Amino acid sequence: MTGHGQPSVGPRAVRRVMICLYLLCTGWVLLDFTYTKHGHYGFEEIPGFHAAYGFVSCVFLVLAATRLRRAVKRDEDYYDD
Amino acid sequence: MIESLPPGLLLILGGLLLPLVPRRLRSLWLVALPLLGLVHVWVLPEDARCALSAFGYDLELLRVDKLSRIFGLIFHIAALLSAIYSLHVKDPLEQAASMAYAGCAIGAVFAGDLLSLFLFWEGTAVTSVFLVWAGRSERSTGAGVRYLLIQVGSGVLLLAGAILHFRETGSMAFGASWASGGGDGLRGAFAFASWGDASPAAVLILLAFGIKAAFPLLHNWLQDAYPESTPTGTVWLSAFTTKLAIYALARGFAGTDALIAIGAVMAAFPIFYAVIENDLRKVLAYSLNSQLGFMVVGVGIGTELALNGTAGHAFASVIYKGLLFMSMGAVLHRVGTIKGSELGGLWRSMPLTTVFCSVGAASISVFPLFSGFVTKSMVMAAAAEEHHTMVFLVLLFASVGAFHNSGIKIPYFAFFAGDSGRRPKEAPWNMLAAMAVAAVLCVWIGCAPGFLYGLLPFDVAGFSPYDLTHVVTQSQLLFFSALAFVFLHKSGLYPPELPSTNIDAEWLYRKGGRRMALAARDACTRTTAVFGRFVDRAAGQTFDLVERLHRPDHGALGEPWTIGTAAIWAAGILAAIAVLGLT
Repeated sequence: MTGHGQPSVGPRAVRRVMICLYLLCTGWVLLDFTYTKHGHYGFEEIPGFHAAYGFVSCVFLVLAATRLRRAVKRDEDYYDD
Repeated sequence: MIESLPPGLLLILGGLLLPLVPRRLRSLWLVALPLLGLVHVWVLPEDARCALSAFGYDLELLRVDKLSRIFGLIFHIAALLSAIYSLHVKDPLEQAASMAYAGCAIGAVFAGDLLSLFLFWEGTAVTSVFLVWAGRSERSTGAGVRYLLIQVGSGVLLLAGAILHFRETGSMAFGASWASGGGDGLRGAFAFASWGDASPAAVLILLAFGIKAAFPLLHNWLQDAYPESTPTGTVWLSAFTTKLAIYALARGFAGTDALIAIGAVMAAFPIFYAVIENDLRKVLAYSLNSQLGFMVVGVGIGTELALNGTAGHAFASVIYKGLLFMSMGAVLHRVGTIKGSELGGLWRSMPLTTVFCSVGAASISVFPLFSGFVTKSMVMAAAAEEHHTMVFLVLLFASVGAFHNSGIKIPYFAFFAGDSGRRPKEAPWNMLAAMAVAAVLCVWIGCAPGFLYGLLPFDVAGFSPYDLTHVVTQSQLLFFSALAFVFLHKSGLYPPELPSTNIDAEWLYRKGGRRMALAARDACTRTTAVFGRFVDRAAGQTFDLVERLHRPDHGALGEPWTIGTAAIWAAGILAAIAVLGLT
């Protein structure tokens, strides 16, 4: 299982990584307002489009896969008998 | 003379002769072979030819153009890295098979006709299966048999297609040389506009290539067999078979529209399975399948940019995928398991492996400055330029999937996550050396793509991956995917790693086929039973009737006739014969 035992990285390090992630996310989106975007499509030029697409895609992927698991999950030795 | 020998032969012969080489020289032998081969391909002139007459045909064993050269080079690099990674292996069968396997794949990319291609194609199947069997478990034995059946089946389809093609056209040639034809290279030898236009030969050959390239529903041999091999065997396997199929698709089917949709499904479909898979090498196998989808889309689009993207991405992915399989192989080698549910916290005792794995993860995730960034973007740009908007969005989604599965999930569950309490030793020096070289190549290609771009089949003038928009948008995509991962984790929505088997298309032949066979057997038994009862009854009634007729008391034929009755019957019969005879 995930989370078996103690976390392998200390809470302070985790907090530092999280703060870095939040700052970088904010920074990359703010950068969108500082230059002229040259996307292949019009929708690519909307500020933060890729940020939103990345977030929504990842959430959709994981939640859809969780649903898929309900349908396809079998015992580990399913094919062994 | 030497330069016109077909590349690949060196590795095939070198591999087969390996058991005769003294043990202490075998390591040197295994590293020297791909190194020599690499130099050979590098100096091979474009007009080098090697023809051979066999079976009444002229086999063209050597055809050199930029497409075959880039695949020949990367296969040698993969063989070299895998050989270094496997130096601790002492099993001569595995060593010989892996070298011959690489040689067959190299031979195939330089084959100029379909018959030579077929011979090398089958060669990769029969040599690589020993790598699956090297797992030496009941599971690997079964997976190997299934793998062999499917791979050899692909070869049989290829041969059937080649024969049909020969009957239609009188030629066994496998496409034209891309360098000499220039624009001709944009359309594959068997490309078709729609399924209705496709000749039976083209469909059979596409099916043969599609099996090896792991097209949707034909894909499951990959996830079935690769994770059952040894830690080293999987590294060898990951490089050759599927990329050989991508080469063959590019040569044979560039510009076939149907491949765009197939590739898009292929890029998106396996990533869902990767999310819920517990065996981390199987996660990589699903992720590899998705990467192949990008290359197939490139082949389908068929513009110069797209085909450059396919070739370049194949080159980069052999290295970064190999690196990821190497890092997971090192974990398996040291820990004895590769299940996400039993790992975690390994960064403390395997820091170098952690770093190398992260470089491979960054490369497949398309981080700027890593190799995937400069190659995958060509396929994406080609899709957008040809106005395949849906395909573009699907590929963008698949990029997020690649980042989530290979970029976050693999390093996170192996090296970080909850501490498993395991403190294995760092990987052996030879594994670290191979991973280090692969990692350096990933960063080098990412930072200075000029070298790789120079090897691509077409001129890349006008394409620059490092424009501000591309760097910023790609970084947004990645960092917000990471943010989504954090969000899902914190909110408890993230699915845990569970020991399980997830049923996929292989169910059809592993369970469905067996069930169908059992059902057919039951149906036969039932039919036989019903039929048997019918026969029993009919035969019983017939014999009863015969018996009744012959009873001495009342049976018509059984009771004794009087002389008068017999005389009347005899006279009647004679009269009938006489009448019939006269008329």
